[in-house]
Amino acid sequence: MRRTRMAAPVAATLSVALLAAGCGGGSGGVTKKTGTLDDPIVVQWGEPENPLVPTNTTEVNGGNVLDPLFTGLVEYEPKTFKPHNAMAKSIEPSPDKKTYTVELKEGWKFHDGEEVTADNFVRAWNYGAYAPNGQLTASFFSKIQGYDEVHPSDPDGDSGPKEPPKPTAEKMSGLKVVDDHTFTITLENPFTIFPTTLGYSAFAPMPDVFFEDKAKYEKTPIGNGPFKFEKRTPKQSLTVTSYDKYKGEDKAQVDAVKFKVYKKLTTAYQDLKSGNLDVQRQVPTSALVGGRWKEELGDNAIQREGMLTATLSFPLYKEKFQDPNLRKAISMAVDRESIMKSVFSGSREAMHEWAAPSVDGFEAGRCGQWCTYDEAKAKEYLKKAGGFQGTLTISSNADGSHQEWVKAVAGSIRDTLGIKVAFQPVPTFSEFREKINSHKMTGLFRSGWVADYPNIQTFLGPLYSTGGSSNDSGYSSPAFDKAMQQASSASSVKQANELYGQAADVLSKDMPVIPIYSQPIQAGKSDRVATATMTPRRSLALTTLTVAKPKE
Amino acid sequence: MGRYILRRLLQLIPVFIGTTFIIYALVWAIPGNPFAGKCGSRGCPPTYIAEMTQQYNLDDPIYVSYFKYLGDLLTGNFGETYSGIEVSTLIQNAYPVTLKLALIALVIEGVIGISAGVLTALRGKGFLDSLVLASTLFLIAIPVFVTGFVLQYLLGVQLEWIDPSVSSDPGIGELILPGFVLGSLSMAYISRLSRTSMLENKSADYIRTATAKGLAPRRVVGIHMLRNSLIPVVTFLGTDLGALMGGAIVTEGIFNIPGIGGLVYDAILGQEGTTVTAVVALLVMVYLLMNLLVDVLYAALDPRIRYD
Repeated sequence: MRRTRMAAPVAATLSVALLAAGCGGGSGGVTKKTGTLDDPIVVQWGEPENPLVPTNTTEVNGGNVLDPLFTGLVEYEPKTFKPHNAMAKSIEPSPDKKTYTVELKEGWKFHDGEEVTADNFVRAWNYGAYAPNGQLTASFFSKIQGYDEVHPSDPDGDSGPKEPPKPTAEKMSGLKVVDDHTFTITLENPFTIFPTTLGYSAFAPMPDVFFEDKAKYEKTPIGNGPFKFEKRTPKQSLTVTSYDKYKGEDKAQVDAVKFKVYKKLTTAYQDLKSGNLDVQRQVPTSALVGGRWKEELGDNAIQREGMLTATLSFPLYKEKFQDPNLRKAISMAVDRESIMKSVFSGSREAMHEWAAPSVDGFEAGRCGQWCTYDEAKAKEYLKKAGGFQGTLTISSNADGSHQEWVKAVAGSIRDTLGIKVAFQPVPTFSEFREKINSHKMTGLFRSGWVADYPNIQTFLGPLYSTGGSSNDSGYSSPAFDKAMQQASSASSVKQANELYGQAADVLSKDMPVIPIYSQPIQAGKSDRVATATMTPRRSLALTTLTVAKPKE
Repeated sequence: MGRYILRRLLQLIPVFIGTTFIIYALVWAIPGNPFAGKCGSRGCPPTYIAEMTQQYNLDDPIYVSYFKYLGDLLTGNFGETYSGIEVSTLIQNAYPVTLKLALIALVIEGVIGISAGVLTALRGKGFLDSLVLASTLFLIAIPVFVTGFVLQYLLGVQLEWIDPSVSSDPGIGELILPGFVLGSLSMAYISRLSRTSMLENKSADYIRTATAKGLAPRRVVGIHMLRNSLIPVVTFLGTDLGALMGGAIVTEGIFNIPGIGGLVYDAILGQEGTTVTAVVALLVMVYLLMNLLVDVLYAALDPRIRYD
């Protein structure tokens, strides 16, 4: 009796175990089912920080899912990353570059069947800008007329005790719907490259269902892009499938793509090598050493210039860093080339300019001698500045992988200038950001930037304009602001880029920030995927995915 | 016995409230606003930080916010993560996986550890004894992540017997290797523990008596000796389940297992008090229940020491 009672559950567990073991097998070669929902293309991913709403997403994991789900007015071609009209039939600027008339293509539909009209854009943008909604990308709409009414700025800055005033309007006066497929955008000031910026995912149209039930929408996002949301298991995976009624030219070429969350890049890399993973968006540093990844992946290694930069910022609100000569001396004391070699084994590029390569308007070496290692000159400028008293601290968050290069920079400055330099870690990134936001930094601090749109303006305007949305160093220069303003109202994009270059020259004179390196994109794919294009923002362009031919 | 178990169950309540409060307060004490670091190098707009702080009751004093949380918890609402995902969903997804992994580790360490311990104790000094001694020393000396990476590389990448990482909803077959890695350290302890304990009892009077009165050696070892020797081992195994579940962070990371180790780790980094408290509170329950189970098991193994 006793034995039979035990036997049944044991047998049941065993059979379940065997079944489970049988089902758990990985993918392998290419079959007819590859790229369909039964056997999707698997892409390395990380859990997004925020709900999947375009106006509330700025980081790359959320962005990589939203990009294929939505098609904005403008999209960037994945290979060249040049902007072109997508949902917009035309975007016509007025002669003074202040008003843009947008005409939409007709017959486009959201994944739930609703037609995309001008109203979907205007409503979405107003939602993103309205302060009480607390959306992350609010500042993207700040160029539009009437932004100050829906999102009043804090009178004494972010760190001041005063609360910002309540908004006096819910909608920006600069957005006007003309008819179902036309609307006009009026800007506060002329902005020549405005259409280029519209490719950022924050400018996506939103369907009516979003405004009706946001909680439900966050669980099952609906867009108008080449892929539609299929299913998601939080912290594990998210699957998208192709949207067959998509009207655009960049149609999906595979039926299903699964984004899989990996905690460790090294684990993802092992999976990539053994065919368990199809695209890894970032190869781990350990595999980059000595070019090992290129040997191991062969033709499947993907490398291109990126739009990510790492810099060190001066807290210009502190008295000791007022002298530009001191800032120049410190910048020239950083031996970028040898740090890149010793810390990153050459997998990142030393930076001698104010923007990452591959943005429009980039010019190599624009920062010139001030961003080049020169021991004698560094010492000379330190003398000019009257030396440096006390210890120079360089701060970084300790929960990222930045300590090594920051320490190397500290060492380089110490050895070259002969002053006391100390590395000052802050335990978590949130604490680090809070200190930066409230202007409590006492020495150099790590900063970085990922381009939002492929124009040099993205590396200048938000970072160095007086009161710019991410001006962490507190830099303020009338000459720079004036140059930026001139560039923004230039008659053509080409001329604008030239003028932005001149604004960057002002930075070279002042050195509010020390450029250190720019990071290329290093990705990998499996044999099951024939083509995969990475964008310079380190996201995978899903529409470029194609499945390899099955082996005979 | 029934009253004893009931009393023990009632004791769980203050322990539960105490631990959840301590954990909640500790997460609260991590410096920095959790929302300041959510926007990368861009820095979060102040309106976003203000809106989120209010939504998650972070501007209340800690007691108020804790009791709001506890109230939600009692009505079955585990709260939401900062990205708007229900914590209960996360727990539902992650707990079974980790439990499966920990149980597999427990079975592996129990079976291999006890058999190795018993065998070496019975055989006495010799090749087997030295082999077990050396290999357990080896396992204790190297950290789990080394065992994990080496086995993953050998079996997953070089030999291709297994996949280097497990699938999103892993079955038992996939979890055997991670389970082995997770349980390897405890396995070494258990084999030593059972060896010592067996050796001690081997020379005990009652064993000599049992042998003298002519019992079959099998019965002497299996019933008399093993049963008494297993008491410390069972105590160890019982508390180890909780330790295995909570300590699986490293193993889960290496094999990309979507379990609670990673969930808790991410939540601590992101200062998500709701997630950390919910997951850890459930871990505490596992610990408490396992301890209760061990105490009840004592009664079966040795009636003299049972709590009643």
